[in-house]
Amino acid sequence: MSPRAQQVLWPALLACVLLGLWQGLVVMLDVPAYLVPSPWRVAQVLVSDAAMLFGALAVTLKITLLAFACATLLGVAVAFAFVQSRLLEAALFPYAVLLQVTPIVAIAPLIIIWVRDPTASLVICATLVALFPIIANTTLGLRSVDAGLLSYFQLQRATRWQTLLRLRIPSALPYFFGGLRISSGLALIGAVVAEFVAGTGGTGSGLAYQILQAGYQLNIPRMFAALALITVTGVLLFALMAGLSRWALGSWHESEARAE
Amino acid sequence: MREGEFVTLLGPSGCGKSTLLKMVAGLVQPSAGRVLLWGQPLQAASRVPRPLSFVFQDATLMPWATVLANVRLPLDLAGVPRAEADTRVRRGLASVGLARFADALPRELSGGMQMRVSIARGLVTEPTLLLMDEPFGALDEITRNRLDADLLALWKSRGLTVLFVTHSIHEAVFLSTRVLVMAARPGRIVEDVAIDEPYPRGPDFRVSTAFSQHARRLQDILLQASGDVDGEALS
Repeated sequence: MSPRAQQVLWPALLACVLLGLWQGLVVMLDVPAYLVPSPWRVAQVLVSDAAMLFGALAVTLKITLLAFACATLLGVAVAFAFVQSRLLEAALFPYAVLLQVTPIVAIAPLIIIWVRDPTASLVICATLVALFPIIANTTLGLRSVDAGLLSYFQLQRATRWQTLLRLRIPSALPYFFGGLRISSGLALIGAVVAEFVAGTGGTGSGLAYQILQAGYQLNIPRMFAALALITVTGVLLFALMAGLSRWALGSWHESEARAE
Repeated sequence: MREGEFVTLLGPSGCGKSTLLKMVAGLVQPSAGRVLLWGQPLQAASRVPRPLSFVFQDATLMPWATVLANVRLPLDLAGVPRAEADTRVRRGLASVGLARFADALPRELSGGMQMRVSIARGLVTEPTLLLMDEPFGALDEITRNRLDADLLALWKSRGLTVLFVTHSIHEAVFLSTRVLVMAARPGRIVEDVAIDEPYPRGPDFRVSTAFSQHARRLQDILLQASGDVDGEALS
């Protein structure tokens, strides 16, 4: 069996076993659905409330993707600025860290108050969460140039621009894709957290809002269904980024190259 | 150094042979004194495009680019049109015996082949002076001997001037018209030894009496210069 197939097969098998165990225990011990619903019950809700749940998923996904795109563009721009000027990096990097360590839950209410448009405010929150790994990884990547190759470029009297285009950017790609992988997940988390904060104000209609509503109504199966959708979305985003990275780095980089 | 010569800097680690080479290339500034290149101070000489190439200890290839793109790099940087560059690269690859590997990635090649790519990249700009910093130091002896022989053939056919750094006495004797023996602490050139043997030098030369005599002489100079019998530094 190919290693790629094994990577999918074994986790899937484990999931089947765990779900079976869960279903069996819930049925055997007769646990009420408002405490722990059985997987089957959750699946039923996923189908019966599909319109509502997938509508909410679309909202959350839109915010996640917008935030992810903003974080990528902004992060890369900042990283390039950092690499061009040590001064700029020294001045700004502490603030990037500050942004990273401040809990988004604490600043989300402010942002939601300041920015009128609900979508924009949520996107800003999620962007702030997803931004740092892109900045940090891309900066590191642009700096992690093979010293020998850099001497060679110097020797050939390469311009700054040529060095950037032909040496720094290709060298940075593996790090950049590592950053994308982390940030894709963070963008989703940021979107959900921001929705939680905003949702209580009645502006949201995303998955977090559904979880809150379901919680108030003690509709625990729907809560689980929404949670499952968030998780699956996160996993799919990660897989998408991993695939993109494999496609772009393909044969040349050690992290993606097959062992021979 | 005269044109067409094959001069080797031979010495233990830390005697400054690589540094001297890098000064010639303009990668390192001398702390005192001047480097003269083509009869001019380096600063003035560097203003015109210099017909000089540097081959490093490692192959220093771009791992993401094919062999063809790697060899074409100096031409791309100099703005040579793509079509002309490609023909020159193909010719260069053929001259190091790698014509079939133009589309391979560096990681698919052995260490010796990667070094050949690096040499092809050095030659594609048609330099008159080739600076080589222990280019075959990381290779096994069999591969190294093969590449040494190939290098001599290229040197002859292209009329190159080569300045070669090594810490192998045998490599120095096999390749050079002249060996500059260096010593460490302080780094200095202690002797200028001519290797007056005819080219082409084949495998027979490596086991000839003349070869051993030259090697013996270089070894004696190195031992004397280092003061103590430091066998490890002479390797």
